[in-house]
Amino acid sequence: MELTSLIVRGLVIFTVFAVTLLIATYSTLAERKIAGFLQDRLGPDRAGPFGILQPLADAVKLFFKEEFIPSHANKWLFIVGPSLAMLTALMSSAVIPFGNEFSIDGQLIPVQGITVNIGLLYIFGVVSLGVYGLMIGGWASNNKFSLLGAIRAASQNISYELAMGMSIIAVLMLAGSLDLRQIVIDQQDNVWNVVRQPLGCVIFITCAFAECNRTPFDLPECEQELVGGYHTEYGSMKLGLYLFSEYINMFVSSAVIATLYFGGYDVPYLSTLGLDKNIETIIGIVALFGKIFFFIFFFMWVRWTLPRFRYDQLMNLGWKSLIPLAILNLILTGGGILAWEHFTK
Amino acid sequence: MESTTYLPSDYLPIIVQFAAAIGFVIFSMVLSHAIGPKRHSKVKDAQWESGIASVGDARTPVSIKYFLIAILFVLFDVEVIFMYPWAVNFRQLGMVGFIEMVLFMSTLLAGFYYVIKKGVLNWE
Repeated sequence: MELTSLIVRGLVIFTVFAVTLLIATYSTLAERKIAGFLQDRLGPDRAGPFGILQPLADAVKLFFKEEFIPSHANKWLFIVGPSLAMLTALMSSAVIPFGNEFSIDGQLIPVQGITVNIGLLYIFGVVSLGVYGLMIGGWASNNKFSLLGAIRAASQNISYELAMGMSIIAVLMLAGSLDLRQIVIDQQDNVWNVVRQPLGCVIFITCAFAECNRTPFDLPECEQELVGGYHTEYGSMKLGLYLFSEYINMFVSSAVIATLYFGGYDVPYLSTLGLDKNIETIIGIVALFGKIFFFIFFFMWVRWTLPRFRYDQLMNLGWKSLIPLAILNLILTGGGILAWEHFTK
Repeated sequence: MESTTYLPSDYLPIIVQFAAAIGFVIFSMVLSHAIGPKRHSKVKDAQWESGIASVGDARTPVSIKYFLIAILFVLFDVEVIFMYPWAVNFRQLGMVGFIEMVLFMSTLLAGFYYVIKKGVLNWE
C-alpha cells in the first residue's frame, strides 16, 4: 500500500476519533438541556451563549479536583478501571461506515475508519471488554456499594449481550455479511431493516439501553440504593472518564442502531435524482448524523419518561422475555427468507 | 458473496485509533494527577460507608446467583458464536441448514427450560 493512501486513512480515522469525542462532549450538555426542556426549566445557560461552554467548564473543574484514592483500595486496579472503560469506548467507533465513498482523482475514499469484513464482530468484541472497566473499578475501590454496583453492572451487561447478539443474527441472515457497509448496501437494495425486522429492532434497542447502563436499566448506579454504584469512590478525572465513556457508548450504540436497522447513510430515492457522487456522499453523512442525533435524543427522552426497573424485573425481562423472543425472531426470519426464496424463484 | 481478501495492513488504522485513545487516557490521568490538590488524612482516605465508621472491608462473598448467571452466559454465548457463521452463510445452506439449526436451538431451549424450572433465574 502506498504512503498517501495510508496517510488518508490515518486522517479519516483521526476525524472519526475527534468527532466521537466532540459529540460525546456535547451530549453531556444536550442531556441537561433536554432534561431541562422536559421538566419545563432552562438547563445550564450561564457558560457562554445557551450554555455552549458548559462542557469545557466541566472538564476544567474535573481536572482541578483532588485526585482521591481510598487507602484500602487496590491502587493500580483503581486507576486501570476507568482507563479501560474509556479505552474500549473510544476504540469501538472504527468500523462504523459514516458515509459512502468519496472519489477524489479517481481514488475511492470510504468514510469509515477501517473497511474490514468482520465489522460487527469487532464492535461486539470491543464493547464486551468494557464490562471489565466497571468490574475492575468497582472491585478495586474496596467499598461495599462499589462492589454491589460492579457486580450488578457485570451481570446486567452479560445478560443483555445474549439477547443483543441473537437479535443481530437475524440481520446477518438477511444481509449475508458481518460487514456493516454490506448491511447498509443490502438495506439500500431492499428496504430498511426496521421494516423487515421490527421485533429484532425493538429487542436490539432495549438491549442497547441496558448495555449503556441508561435509565430504565441504570441499576448499577442507582443512587437511592447504592450511592454512586461502581463509581462511589471515584472523583476528579477518573470519575470524568467513567461518565464520559458512557456518553461515547451512547453515541456508538446510536450509530449502530441507525446502521443496522435504519439504513445507515442511506437516503431513500436519493440515487434517482442523479446528483454528483460526492454530493450524494455528503448528504448521506448528514442523514446518518441526523439519525444518530435522533437516537441520542431518544436515549435522553426515555430517561425522563420511564422509571427504573427493579433488579429481579430487569433479570426476568432479559432472560425470560428477550432471549426467547430473540430466538423466535431468528426462526421466523429464517422461515421467512426460505419461504420468500421458494415462492419468488 | 464478496471475494475481497483483507491484508493485515487493512487493520493498521486500528493501531492509529488505539494510540489516539490511549494517548487521551494517559494525558487526562497524568494532567489531573499533576494539577489537582493533594491533602490526605486518615478519616478522609477511609472508604465511604454512609457517613458511619466502616465495618470490615468489601472483600466479602456475594450471592451465588451472580456466578450462575455468569456461567449461563458463557454457555449461551458459545451457542451464539456458533450461529454467526451459520447466519452469514444462511442462503447457501438453505433448508437443510435451517432444519439443523432449529434442532440445535431446540436442544438449547430444552436446557434453558430446565434452568428456568430449576429456579436459577428467580430473584427474591
